[in-house]
Amino acid sequence: MTETTNSYDMPDERGHFGPYGGLFIAETLIPAVEELDQAYQKYMTDPEFMAELDKDFQHYVGRPSPLYHAERWTRELGGAQIYLKREDLNHTGAHKINNTIGQILLAKRMGKTRIIAETGAGQHGVATATVCARLGLECVVYMGAVDVVRQKLNVYRMQLLGAKVVAVESGSKTLKDALNEAIRDWVTNVDSTFYIIGTAAGPAPYPAMVRDFQSIIGREAKQQCLAQAGKLPDALLACIGGGSNAIGLFHPFIDDADVKLIGVEAAGDGIETGRHSAPLCAGRPGILHGNRTYLMEDDDGEIIETHSISAGLDYPGVGPEHSWLKDIGRAEYVSITDDEAVEGFHALTKMEGIIPALESSHAMAYTLKLAPTMQQDEILIVNLSGRGDKDMHTMAEREGIQI
Amino acid sequence: MSRLATKFAEFRQSGHKALIPFITAGDPTREFTVPMMHAMVEAGADVIELGVPFSDPMADGPVIQRASERALEHKMSLRRTLEIVSEFRTSNQDTPVVLMGYANPVEAMGYEDFALAAEKAGVDGVLTVDLPPEEAHECATLLNAHNIDQIFLLAPNSTPDRIKKMDTVGSGFLYYVSVKGVTGAGHLDTSDVKRKLIDIRANTQLPVGIGFGIKDAETAKVIAGLGDAVVVGSALISKIEENLDSPENAKREITELLKSMRLAMDSQG
Repeated sequence: MTETTNSYDMPDERGHFGPYGGLFIAETLIPAVEELDQAYQKYMTDPEFMAELDKDFQHYVGRPSPLYHAERWTRELGGAQIYLKREDLNHTGAHKINNTIGQILLAKRMGKTRIIAETGAGQHGVATATVCARLGLECVVYMGAVDVVRQKLNVYRMQLLGAKVVAVESGSKTLKDALNEAIRDWVTNVDSTFYIIGTAAGPAPYPAMVRDFQSIIGREAKQQCLAQAGKLPDALLACIGGGSNAIGLFHPFIDDADVKLIGVEAAGDGIETGRHSAPLCAGRPGILHGNRTYLMEDDDGEIIETHSISAGLDYPGVGPEHSWLKDIGRAEYVSITDDEAVEGFHALTKMEGIIPALESSHAMAYTLKLAPTMQQDEILIVNLSGRGDKDMHTMAEREGIQI
Repeated sequence: MSRLATKFAEFRQSGHKALIPFITAGDPTREFTVPMMHAMVEAGADVIELGVPFSDPMADGPVIQRASERALEHKMSLRRTLEIVSEFRTSNQDTPVVLMGYANPVEAMGYEDFALAAEKAGVDGVLTVDLPPEEAHECATLLNAHNIDQIFLLAPNSTPDRIKKMDTVGSGFLYYVSVKGVTGAGHLDTSDVKRKLIDIRANTQLPVGIGFGIKDAETAKVIAGLGDAVVVGSALISKIEENLDSPENAKREITELLKSMRLAMDSQG
């Protein structure tokens, strides 16, 4: 008889979250992920490694990031006490660096000399280029040609940091195609190259490994909430593209059954138009980029093109752990349109003097809907996963302003 | 015994090396594929590998990516690929056909429905690039139950343990990817292949097909000396791409290239 326990313990030893996750990759990459898995298992329990990671979190990233009580916005919406987890204040301006700093420490210990990454909005690319510059490692970032245009500023930042940015012209020329191209590079240069995947997706062990690096968000938030409010939050809210900022916030709370977990996908022009990026809300399970997860696909299993105002959410898949949390009913997934996200963007900017990234604006927009339905003694923590500087161009253009 | 296993047993007995051309189903048009398959058989192909177009072909280089894109433009799909195989089978019941593609179209159809439909269409083998043995158990079991071989890839960095694993779960033949890289890569080193084949032969009795980077008759000949089969793909698809305005020219050039490979592979010394 096996012993049952109430505590959440996923994935299994083969990287599965129920039917999701797994290892769906070409044979050439198997030795590479096995080597990575061994290093990850070894160093995540190595005190020296963890001490170095903690030190970098503190002195290079600027952690802990504040948990900020947005009092004016709370009064304005008249419901739940709104707290913002300020990942926008991290070095490079988003949660992405929590993961890149962890993976580069692993890469260094594994003796890899060349780093590759994919990027959508450019935040992960910048976070990767940053840690590569710091360690003097060669860095190549793949970015969809469409995203290169809409995130020019981040392209320039990566170049300043010494990275080579490759514009990917195949397929829909966005994040998924950047991933395809990064995987092709990895297959070709597998001996020398470490692939820093930017979200909690891909073949095992990436989904669990990225989650573990990002879980610093939730661990801090829990401690800070207890210290500031004297109790656990009632609900957590985070935007979801691949879902690394969301899983990072959610994971330390999964066993706290009274804490609601809510992920916000990008509804683009509206779920009903088909032009969106909301696989959990409107897709079905399939296999892409190394894992089984909810996807946006047609009846023939071809991946369909996605749309979102925010390049970082413009992706047809999602991290496999979110698929699992959806199926078991532990987390709830909702969606926010481009127009609503823009409202969320303005709301936070005007009420609190904080300009959020368009990705994070999806969580802000859902706050506008959710907070008023909650009681004033309830606590809502919203992950402010990144700052909006990179989106000035997109926003100005949308509002017909020349800058 | 599957059609593939029977064929390879015959070849091994007679010392014949198999020539396996790869084209993408529906590239450049739906009408092109079946006559091209027949022409390839006439030119000396022993097995035909038919690529199932996928929107995100992560293991393919630019040539096969573009072939996929051309085929998808007119809605080629796994279902329509099976129709193509059925049509080919109306006048050829002898040449094994292997489908090569990615897991998601198969997953979308459902493993059981796919195995049934593929058997009915006359498919002999299925090679799913992103379905390694770790994840292939359910699919392989269903395919085998329908007389279809699940074919696995071996890579230059596959360890002896992995080769043994492929030997257990795979059937038909094993496909040795002769370079670390995507399809159409340009730097095949035959002495590396030779060394690796010693490793592979020591761990499996299954026939070994060798592909990736084989572009001309000369290389085909050398590779035929090492493996049981030579797989050629991007070099053929380049002919399609160079002759998009004239499918007849593409067909002629592909046939000529295959004939030259066949001739070189069959010549001794």
